Amino acid sequence: MEVSLNAYVALKNNSLFLNGVEFIEKQSSASELFALAYQRLNINYPKFFKMDNLCKTGFIATELLMQESKTQTEYLPEQKGIVLSSRNSSLDTDIRYNNSIAINPSPSLFVYTLPNVLVGELCIRNMIKGETACFVFDTFDADFQTDYVNLLFDTCNLKTCISGWADFFEDKAEAFIYLLEQREGSQSTTLHNAENIKNIYSTIWKT
Amino acid sequence: MEDLIATLKQQIVEQLNLQHLKAEEIGSDQPLFGEGLGLDSIDALELIVLLQQKYGIKLANPAEGPQIFQTVRTMAEFISANQKA
Repeated sequence: MEVSLNAYVALKNNSLFLNGVEFIEKQSSASELFALAYQRLNINYPKFFKMDNLCKTGFIATELLMQESKTQTEYLPEQKGIVLSSRNSSLDTDIRYNNSIAINPSPSLFVYTLPNVLVGELCIRNMIKGETACFVFDTFDADFQTDYVNLLFDTCNLKTCISGWADFFEDKAEAFIYLLEQREGSQSTTLHNAENIKNIYSTIWKT
Repeated sequence: MEDLIATLKQQIVEQLNLQHLKAEEIGSDQPLFGEGLGLDSIDALELIVLLQQKYGIKLANPAEGPQIFQTVRTMAEFISANQKA
């Protein structure tokens, strides 16, 4: 059965887009965008405030994506997966933690000094217990990621997957996160293949 | 007591790196852990450090932690009762 792309969210230039349409206009900083998105999406999740900025980037994008989806409750946690990639990984928090060592090493910062914590936070929030991965690449590699995720759909008990890119460094947040499903009767006409992902990605980043 | 509670809220926000949360948004009687502010065991460690660094109070009996760290108000009451003059 084919895997289709049902929706996508882009976070760039301190603004937020759903399926190519602006959802939140450009803010003066990533921090302001996170705060506004939290309000506008009516999120009530206190753990958000503890997250580092990489996690907040992925979290806000995924919240918008999941609010758009009507089918996620139909899946078992084991049928849901998440595969993300990032350029700077946890470097932003690594530096902050390193700077804190001389004064007061912070355990609450330390726990975010791994990029897969991003995936972990999203798994907790969205009850995902299937396949997960977080890769570090210089740029978003649509060929690799599409092949990898399709392989998971083919070989594992995966029915839906959050996939894409999330990055944060020096107050620059970037995300391109999309929702994939393998189901009969899907309304989506966008097949999950590298060409389609590249087309969407390049459209987002050239505008 | 209310001044101490307000100070404590600000210190919790700073100590736990709770960016995007304003100190005044924390309820004085809101549970700090679980469904309330959503703190966890790592944060409990941070709160113990906060008591030591800011108020010179060392938690002698860790078993008292859940009671002391129930809310900002219970923390403030504990500080008031144990802070050296």
